[in-house]
Amino acid sequence: MDPQQFPASMRFFHWLMAAMVLTMLGIGVAMVASLADYHQLVSIHRPVGILILVLVVIRFVNRRLSTLPPFPATMSSQERFIAHVSEMLLYTLLFVQPLVGWGMLSAARYPIVMYGPLHLFPILPHSVMLYAALRKAHTVLAYFLFLAFIAHFGAVLFHTLILRDRLLTRMAPYRAITR
Amino acid sequence: MPSDATPSTENQPARLSVPSILARLAGIGVVILCLVGGFLYLGGWFTPHELTPARFVNGFEKVYGIHSGFRRNHAKGVCVRGFFDSNGQGARLSKAVVFRTGRVPVIGRFSFGGGNPYVGDTPDAIRGLGLMSRLRDGEEWRTAMINRPVFPFNTPQAFYDNLIASQPEPNTHKPDPAKMAAFVASYPEFARAAKIIQSHEVSSGFDNSTFNGLNAFRFVNAASVSTPVRWSMVAVNAFKPEDKPQSTNPDKNYLFNDFIARIHSAPLQWRLILTVGQPGDPTDDATIPWPEDREHVNAGTLTLDEVEAETPGNCRDINFDPLVLPVGIAPSDDPLLSARSAVYSQSFTRRAGEKKEASAITPSDVQK
Repeated sequence: MDPQQFPASMRFFHWLMAAMVLTMLGIGVAMVASLADYHQLVSIHRPVGILILVLVVIRFVNRRLSTLPPFPATMSSQERFIAHVSEMLLYTLLFVQPLVGWGMLSAARYPIVMYGPLHLFPILPHSVMLYAALRKAHTVLAYFLFLAFIAHFGAVLFHTLILRDRLLTRMAPYRAITR
Repeated sequence: MPSDATPSTENQPARLSVPSILARLAGIGVVILCLVGGFLYLGGWFTPHELTPARFVNGFEKVYGIHSGFRRNHAKGVCVRGFFDSNGQGARLSKAVVFRTGRVPVIGRFSFGGGNPYVGDTPDAIRGLGLMSRLRDGEEWRTAMINRPVFPFNTPQAFYDNLIASQPEPNTHKPDPAKMAAFVASYPEFARAAKIIQSHEVSSGFDNSTFNGLNAFRFVNAASVSTPVRWSMVAVNAFKPEDKPQSTNPDKNYLFNDFIARIHSAPLQWRLILTVGQPGDPTDDATIPWPEDREHVNAGTLTLDEVEAETPGNCRDINFDPLVLPVGIAPSDDPLLSARSAVYSQSFTRRAGEKKEASAITPSDVQK
């Protein structure tokens, strides 16, 4: 029997943000190592980061309003606890990381250009020491995000391919028939 | 993938054999390794000889040492303030707010090229002028210019190779002639540009130096017409070559001190001259001057009337990133532009967190 799925809205946010976050992590590591594409990549990184910040807030509210399917029987209570904590950790990272990005640009007194003349106001005063700390935090948080993604991805693959408990179906982008 | 063909035993798929489990585990491992490898690849880990912003700045640190809190290049400098009065003439080329008739406040920084913040003033050192204009609607225009008619390099690699080749040898305190010769041989544009640079006489001070943007940009006007443009800040003070008493002046900061004295006696002015490129003029090669007969548009006047030593929160803490541009000015295909943006940012990030040492030009030096 097919497991119960997350509501369509939650699945939509999940896959949309998965694609965005993975792309952003890739752009992030590539841009800091690039001379030729640096400007182009930063110009994408800034607005997409802010978009993620907006989406994660909407997504979190949507999650609170949704009815979640029960955990599969193959998950022990420790596993359920870990899954819950890591979910909250991921939400926190997805919220904090773009905020740190916005904050560090503010502290460096860079204009926070979104697109064309559209730009955001600074959220912190001009302070290079603050910028340096936030810039470091942005890198460290990116590593955490990447590790969290690898752990999440690995755990889902383990459940899906080894335990074969159809854990992935719960979040599948398509509609699985529940009987 | 879901399928309704899964047989009977509820939620209990058929047991996997041990080899099958191992193969699947290995598969998961390979997928994760590929992901990690992909990220390392994007981060340049597998191409250690390719230039990155970090390796570029490492080059400056290798040649000049690390001077805590200072820019890795153009380390010695002084802050200025003033305003730009646009006369509206630039508006036909660019819709940027800065070219509408009116005044915008400006923060700037005069500097010497090189990574030594305490280097003695010399007439031949590259003079730099960084400017940041705050436009009415919160947009900004930043630019960093030098007093050279062309740039000696047309790629970031050439700039870096020259930096390394011109590092003074520990014994002779001069660059290794063999390394310099090898550099000149591999970048023929360098010798051509150097010839143009040497044919331009250097002026007696910062006040009568003309500063050139050198890189081409695309100006886009209200009708969305894009025009290649190079800009210069042309000194209103008449050109005068450096004279004898000046060049024998024992003051290590004689050029900066001369500038400070002048700005205290009267505001200093420059005209923003836009050089309008024609089809075929190179926009991706800052070593090649455009023909002399290109149209020049006088877009307005920069007035600088205040000078400050580098202190927290002023020009010291600004990155004059040449790609902070308002709508109406866009980067050209010049490869130096993105590279400058990347390397400036790397230098800014490194110095931002360091302990700040006092600048060569101190607050007491800029007193009236």
